[in-house]
Amino acid sequence: MKTGRRAGPRVSPLGDGAILLTVADALELEANALARRVALEIRGHGLAWVTDVIPALVTVAVCFDARTAREAGERRATLERMLLEALDRAAGARADAPARTVDIPVCYEPAFAPDLPEVARQTGLPHDRIVALHVAAPHRVLMIGFAPGHPYIGGLDPQLAVPRPATPRLRVEAGSVAIANTQTSIYPFATPGGWNVIDRTPLALFDPERDPASLLEPGDAVAFVPIVRAEFERIAREQRTP
Amino acid sequence: MRPGVLATVQDLGRKGLQHLGIVPGGAMDPMSHRIANALVGNPAQAATLEVGLSGPELAFEDDALIALHGARFAAEIDGAPLPHSRPVLARGGARLRIARAGAGCFGYLAVAGGIDVRPVLNSRSTYLAGGFGGSRGRLLQRDAVLPLAPDAAALGADRFARATRRRRAIAAGRCQTVAWFAPAATLPEHDAPVVRVVEGVHAGLFDEAARVTFFAERWRIAPDSNRMGFRLLGSKLGLASPAEILSQAVCLGTVQVPPSGQPIVLIADH
Repeated sequence: MKTGRRAGPRVSPLGDGAILLTVADALELEANALARRVALEIRGHGLAWVTDVIPALVTVAVCFDARTAREAGERRATLERMLLEALDRAAGARADAPARTVDIPVCYEPAFAPDLPEVARQTGLPHDRIVALHVAAPHRVLMIGFAPGHPYIGGLDPQLAVPRPATPRLRVEAGSVAIANTQTSIYPFATPGGWNVIDRTPLALFDPERDPASLLEPGDAVAFVPIVRAEFERIAREQRTP
Repeated sequence: MRPGVLATVQDLGRKGLQHLGIVPGGAMDPMSHRIANALVGNPAQAATLEVGLSGPELAFEDDALIALHGARFAAEIDGAPLPHSRPVLARGGARLRIARAGAGCFGYLAVAGGIDVRPVLNSRSTYLAGGFGGSRGRLLQRDAVLPLAPDAAALGADRFARATRRRRAIAAGRCQTVAWFAPAATLPEHDAPVVRVVEGVHAGLFDEAARVTFFAERWRIAPDSNRMGFRLLGSKLGLASPAEILSQAVCLGTVQVPPSGQPIVLIADH
């Protein structure tokens, strides 16, 4: 039986068709940056038998095809070596500059910000200060997952660190921007949601008919741009009629 | 005509998009999907109709070469039993009724030329939660029309003619078929199968009792299971001490244990 603390980066099997690199055991922005850089490098190798390279908060999963057990063993060994070498290189690299910044217009109207009063109560900050702090923070997409195009964004100002609400909402509207602890998240679809909704974007985070289907990618810098309700409606209309 | 319980258009899924939160999806039993396609001369990635639990009733507008493989569904074509796991040449106007499976859950109806729905993100698989792919991103609906390849009838006739050049066609009701079929060895085991697992990174977080139980229990699959996951019913699995784990990628077959202690095996739409 495995016991005790695991320290340091390590590779382990994820079923028999994937391998998982764990960069760290806690969420550190630096570990996330390493995971993303490693993922980019493995993708860059363009191996035909690699079917997915998935960076998450502090891990990278690589899914691969294999026709026999022997081939699987060889490919797993190759990937293990590549992942650890990529991690070494990533650790030695310079600062993690984003490839691009994506502007996301957001409206903080009360109808779109049902949890803003509660965040104000918990932080002791007025609404416009919360908005200002949120807009000013250096947001960075840590990972995308759990739903198509659903981003988990780090960089939230510590003054806005509030826990998840005790009761999740049965329905959070598509485009809702929500915060919890150290992260911001945006709901691509209307679904139940467990974070604090503080504003909403008229942009479609995900559209399977659009190229690119996902508005955001891991590593993107995000700039939230406050807009008024009329502008929100205008952009929403534009999205609907291409 | 009748939609069935869980019928969706599937192929082998969408690869290379999980980093954007897009599940691979695809056939729940990719092997049976591939064999069904092979039986009608299709490439493996051609879309089939995945039939779950209890099947639909379909009418063919034109001649079609079809094959049903996977779980043993009771099926009739124009009132005569549909032979399984082999190519069947159906005439235009034929009505296919697929009822319940005696054993197993998912079967695959392949048609020569494939089911020709519009691909979304490079695949014809249906992603129900996202509402895209397959037949308008949904379960097969009453009166839905499943498009086939424009030359499906000619393709089917030609392939069947070649298949029966050396070994004669035999009659099956008003259809024609062959005497050979994909053997039982190509089907999944249905009697309390033993499923092998690879230990995951969080295995060490569970207490000793949980680890013993996981391997000793005869788990049942809950009725509210779906294409995303099989909920397992049995003893509860507990952690050695409370743990918060960080979100990470999962794969097909990942066994997750939520706070309820009842494991969920993640499947195609994970």
